[in-house]
Amino acid sequence: MSLRSPLGKVLGVGSAKSGVQPWWVQRLTAVALVPLSIWFVASLLSLPSFDHATVVAWMSGGWTALLLILLVLVGAWHSQLGVRVVVEDYVHGAAARTVTLVGVLFVHTLIAAAGVFAVLKVAFGAAP
Amino acid sequence: MPPRPLSPHLSVYKFKYTLTTSILNRCTALALSVGLLLLVYWLMAVAGGAHAQARAARLLSGPLVKLLYAALIMAFCYHLVAGIRHLVWDTGRGLERAQAQRSAWLVGALSIALTLLIGYCAWLAGALAP
Repeated sequence: MSLRSPLGKVLGVGSAKSGVQPWWVQRLTAVALVPLSIWFVASLLSLPSFDHATVVAWMSGGWTALLLILLVLVGAWHSQLGVRVVVEDYVHGAAARTVTLVGVLFVHTLIAAAGVFAVLKVAFGAAP
Repeated sequence: MPPRPLSPHLSVYKFKYTLTTSILNRCTALALSVGLLLLVYWLMAVAGGAHAQARAARLLSGPLVKLLYAALIMAFCYHLVAGIRHLVWDTGRGLERAQAQRSAWLVGALSIALTLLIGYCAWLAGALAP
């Protein structure tokens, strides 16, 4: 028989205290994406047309560029965490799962970097 | 790897409509990940200049792609509303069976209303018109 209290057991065993981090970040990014995504959809739909000049003028606005960058970064992060959970649920076998997870992470990093690069390029007037 | 409980024992659950709200949230999430890919492709095309954007626009304005936009709008509305429901759950509220069943209907109704609103605006903006 152990004299340790249930709380003592839970506090002392297992977790390196980083276990809930992905869960928490998933929620944080979800909260951030509520206003960001609503702004994005409303802003996109308010554009008079989608031709190059109009879109460049739109993306060159400081706040638009900033919010677009945040949307891509936070969206990619949220998506990565979500797809990761799906892969962990449905892809079985250590090798297949690890390879898939690495692929998912790389693709999302590429998406985030490309999005930030594209918005900055347009915002700084470098889009031909 | 030691055997451990795996998440989706789909076969052992009796079907309930509340179950649909859960799997739909996941399906729409995956659809929106594809949407993010599409968004960044478009942003890169804009950054590539007028020619690159025109080339991408030809690809992005096909009838099948417009169908995809409609699906993405639906997915966005559903995932937004259902996601907020999840955030409420995370505070420990609304988890009783009756409450969860009520909020499932609420999520359905709100996401359909939002889809119609955004779809109508997108149609007016010419994004969906064939």
